[in-house]
Amino acid sequence: MHAPADEPLPKVFQEWFQARGWSPRAHQLDLLERAGAGRSTLLIAPTGAGKTLAGFLPSLVDLTKRGKRRPGEAGRRGVHTLYISPLKALAVDIARNLEAPVSEMGLPIRIETRTGDTPSHKRQRQKQVPPDILLTTPEQIALLLSDPTSERLFADLDTVILDELHALVTSKRGDLLSLGLARLRTLAPNLKTIGLSATVAEPDDLRAYLVAQPKGNERRLSELVTVTGGAEPDITILETGERLPWSGHSARYALGDLYEVLKEHRMTLVFVNTRSQAEMLFQELWRINDDNLPIALHHGSLDVGQRRKVEAAMVAGSLRAIVSTSSLDLGIDWGDIDLVVNVGAPKGASRLAQRIGRANHRMDEPSKAILVPANRFEVIECEAALEASKEGAQDTPPLREGALDVLAQHVLGMACAAPFRPDGLYDEITSAEPYRNLDWETFERVVDFVATGGYALKTYDRYARLKKTGDGTWRIAHPKVAQQYRLNVGTIVEAPMLKVRLIRSRADGRRTPVGRGGRMLGQIEEWFVEQLTAGDTFIFGGEILRFEGIRENEVYVSRSRAENPQIPSYQGGKFPLSTYLAERVRRTLSDPSSWNVLPGQVREWLEIQKARSLLPSRDGLLIETFPHAGKHYLVCYPFDGRLAHQTLGMLLTRRLERTGARPMGFVANDYALAVWTLSDMSQRIAGGQLSLGELFDEDMLGDDLDAWLAESSLMKRTFRACAVIAGLIERRHPGQEKSGRQITVSSDLIYDVLRSHEPDHILLRATWHDAATGLLDISRLSKLLTRIQGRITHTALEKVSPLAVPVMLEIGREPVYGEAQEVLLAEAADDLIKEAMG
Amino acid sequence: MRGFAAAKKARPFVPVCHDMSIAGALVGLHDSGALWLPDEHTLVVADLHLEKSSSFAQRGLMLPPYDTAATLEKLKLAIDAFDPHRVIALGDSFHDRHGSDRLPAAYRAMLTTLQLGREWIWVTGNHDPIAPLKLCGETADEVRLSGLTFRHEPKPGPEGFAEVAGHLHPAGRVRRYGRSIRRPCFATDGERLVLPAFGVLTGGLNVLDEAWAGIFAEKRFSAFLLGEGRLYPFTASKLLAD
Repeated sequence: MHAPADEPLPKVFQEWFQARGWSPRAHQLDLLERAGAGRSTLLIAPTGAGKTLAGFLPSLVDLTKRGKRRPGEAGRRGVHTLYISPLKALAVDIARNLEAPVSEMGLPIRIETRTGDTPSHKRQRQKQVPPDILLTTPEQIALLLSDPTSERLFADLDTVILDELHALVTSKRGDLLSLGLARLRTLAPNLKTIGLSATVAEPDDLRAYLVAQPKGNERRLSELVTVTGGAEPDITILETGERLPWSGHSARYALGDLYEVLKEHRMTLVFVNTRSQAEMLFQELWRINDDNLPIALHHGSLDVGQRRKVEAAMVAGSLRAIVSTSSLDLGIDWGDIDLVVNVGAPKGASRLAQRIGRANHRMDEPSKAILVPANRFEVIECEAALEASKEGAQDTPPLREGALDVLAQHVLGMACAAPFRPDGLYDEITSAEPYRNLDWETFERVVDFVATGGYALKTYDRYARLKKTGDGTWRIAHPKVAQQYRLNVGTIVEAPMLKVRLIRSRADGRRTPVGRGGRMLGQIEEWFVEQLTAGDTFIFGGEILRFEGIRENEVYVSRSRAENPQIPSYQGGKFPLSTYLAERVRRTLSDPSSWNVLPGQVREWLEIQKARSLLPSRDGLLIETFPHAGKHYLVCYPFDGRLAHQTLGMLLTRRLERTGARPMGFVANDYALAVWTLSDMSQRIAGGQLSLGELFDEDMLGDDLDAWLAESSLMKRTFRACAVIAGLIERRHPGQEKSGRQITVSSDLIYDVLRSHEPDHILLRATWHDAATGLLDISRLSKLLTRIQGRITHTALEKVSPLAVPVMLEIGREPVYGEAQEVLLAEAADDLIKEAMG
Repeated sequence: MRGFAAAKKARPFVPVCHDMSIAGALVGLHDSGALWLPDEHTLVVADLHLEKSSSFAQRGLMLPPYDTAATLEKLKLAIDAFDPHRVIALGDSFHDRHGSDRLPAAYRAMLTTLQLGREWIWVTGNHDPIAPLKLCGETADEVRLSGLTFRHEPKPGPEGFAEVAGHLHPAGRVRRYGRSIRRPCFATDGERLVLPAFGVLTGGLNVLDEAWAGIFAEKRFSAFLLGEGRLYPFTASKLLAD
């Protein structure tokens, strides 16, 4: 039995704090008291507030009071506390940090980690002799729960600690974890959860995620402990005497200034938005690195060994700067960073706050950050983000609705653990907040999908993976099904990757076949490689490389002496501009009195726009039409992010086609969309042949959207991810090479067959839902169209306006989309005919 | 949440072909992927891979069970358009050797209807080396017609003169404005012809892949990419590898 509650912190803990001249912080004691009473609690605190210790303290105290298992004591003990983090590196790091106080206090507590890297003998032992505290990831939880031994393993589970909860819940991993939590609550009904999170827009979403939801509309919430304060961050926008670029994302203009800043700080973390930006910046910095500062590169595609080296050097303090993508976004304390630089626009206020938190991991000192906008629009966006940060405004996305492909994976996992009764499993699943609105019919369809594919045409009964037995339970038909499940578990579906191997060039005059055995540089997306032909040069791993060819699943490259890579690997911004920041940017633009904070060049640009055209209004939509170089352009400024703009562009071209305007193409960035046509749109609008109100009507989300989706490659990519997660097609594992493309089944073909024969299939529903919120951002487009109804302002111009220049400059850099395919093929083929006949 | 609108109804095929000569014999390439021999009133289709999805379902991967119906539907459109006296299925008509046995009764009936009133030849393939079960039609390893030899797997080198084959699922890739487009295609050097796979659930192998070595001399052949209502011809030098 536990000690009386009037002494929350045992003596050994008090002495440990005292010996270090520390005292437990108020929120740590607060959490200890609530958790000690068995109540699930969400702790929201800025970085450096001692969040992790706060989260573990209740478990450490409880385990200390429980003491060692006495010889002869009945029964075996299962895991007492589970710690779940989105990164395996974080789990390992926390385990290390936890070992110190535990051994210093001499606590009788065994702590172990379990990740994809844990050797199988250790995993086996963990099942037989469970540790008191197990630190792991959502995928491992799913795997453990699918094992028939999970019931015993988790029967004594007391606490689940969820770290970086704000980051977990925004993805399908969060869906999977919510289902795992629901199962854990079934196995250990007295379980309590502790969520650790950065500041978010809607804390209640996370509080609901932490506890079982009742049937009906009532929303149950966990307790909440919020740590306020912390020093206000010191954020500035990089000052430069250079000319600010009109477009692009490289921020090359700022290199000199940036380098000076690096020299003035101990260790700087430089965040960029995409891998290719990281590559480019790293290379450019080294080009001017006259002082030979140790500057390193870190992104997810680099070889793991190389990444570990960089991380170790950061911890050792032997680096001056690290150029990184979001691969270093999350909670790991990589040493003494005194400055965070964000190159490019931050895209969201909360994202910026979390990145800035990487600097100065002490709560009472201000984190220092510098924003480096890469172009003029980004200056305005950075200014908006800076203001948002001062106000402490948050724009984290709302909680997701649980995905059906993830549910399918979970149902199969549960069947692997033990035969299930559908009604019992349904109740368990709907107790998870993301799935609380799941209806019974959809659930049944998911079970049917798992069993036989869920098709209206019932021809697969004899191959079923799940079988219904006489007592009304469902069980797996064969042990092989469980094996298949284990290979497929998890919700992260990477774009197919190829290994990059360095070899000697064929271009050096050696005509020998490409030799094997060079050094491995990392991995690269297959779609990128597909656009290369032998001899093309591109940047990877901080070097300019020459593409030599593909052998099986390896890309052969050689070092190139080229100064500039031929193939830009620019992929646009990864994250679309948040709705919140977009609104602020529109506000700034529409109100010249707020321009005084902007640099002179930007102000001048906007002044000329005001004089020559119009300024975009706060809620409406400005549309400009003008001729340029023999074509006619329509440029509009919704500021709703690149993804929503691309979808809009696709639909607008279809509609323009129908009005006879003869559209040729379009290009989108985060702020604007440009469409070009052969016919004069200014004239057509003036003559009443083209109505902008009708062109931008919400009804484009009906038939036009449906028709386009049939062909959309983005939709096919989304479908592939859903099909892998749901277990319809097999995950491609590293080392498995493509054995002849004509043998493998492409998910694109499956998509086509499914779409034409079973348009209501559960996986198409899941795909639609993903696309609407993801790559196509239809939900945002829909809001945009509603917002601008009756608020469209059109102006016909003689020539391109200042505001239109940035998006016009992107023409030719971005690929042509969608249905232009047939036109391109015809053009390419007809070119040849001309060549032959001419 | 919403679903998809049902797909459009398939349009009938127009029996207009890209006419050319293979080793002196007149043939017509059709944008469906079928080959038309006007002098013989014969339609040739390669690599139907019927019952492919059920072959995967046996291994626990429940692919949509509609590929057989879709492929037969497409075949029906081609047969309706040309009304051939003879049909040659150029091998790998079934995805595995038990495929014809698994064929559901409704599709068996549909196939039998298609066969009515015309000669039907099943050329054997590596996936279906035996005659299909419970189906009409003759089975042969090779067929000779109009001076051409029809077989499933192309023979390398001079043996492949005046040959029409399938097996390799040819696909071509071109690039235009930085964007790459990949389509199934006919591949020919004028002396032999390789047909694209006709089945709806079949992938393609780039004609510049190593597997083609020995079939055509390097860069000395053309690809006819399948498009909507037409073919797009390219010489090999204009094509891209994967």
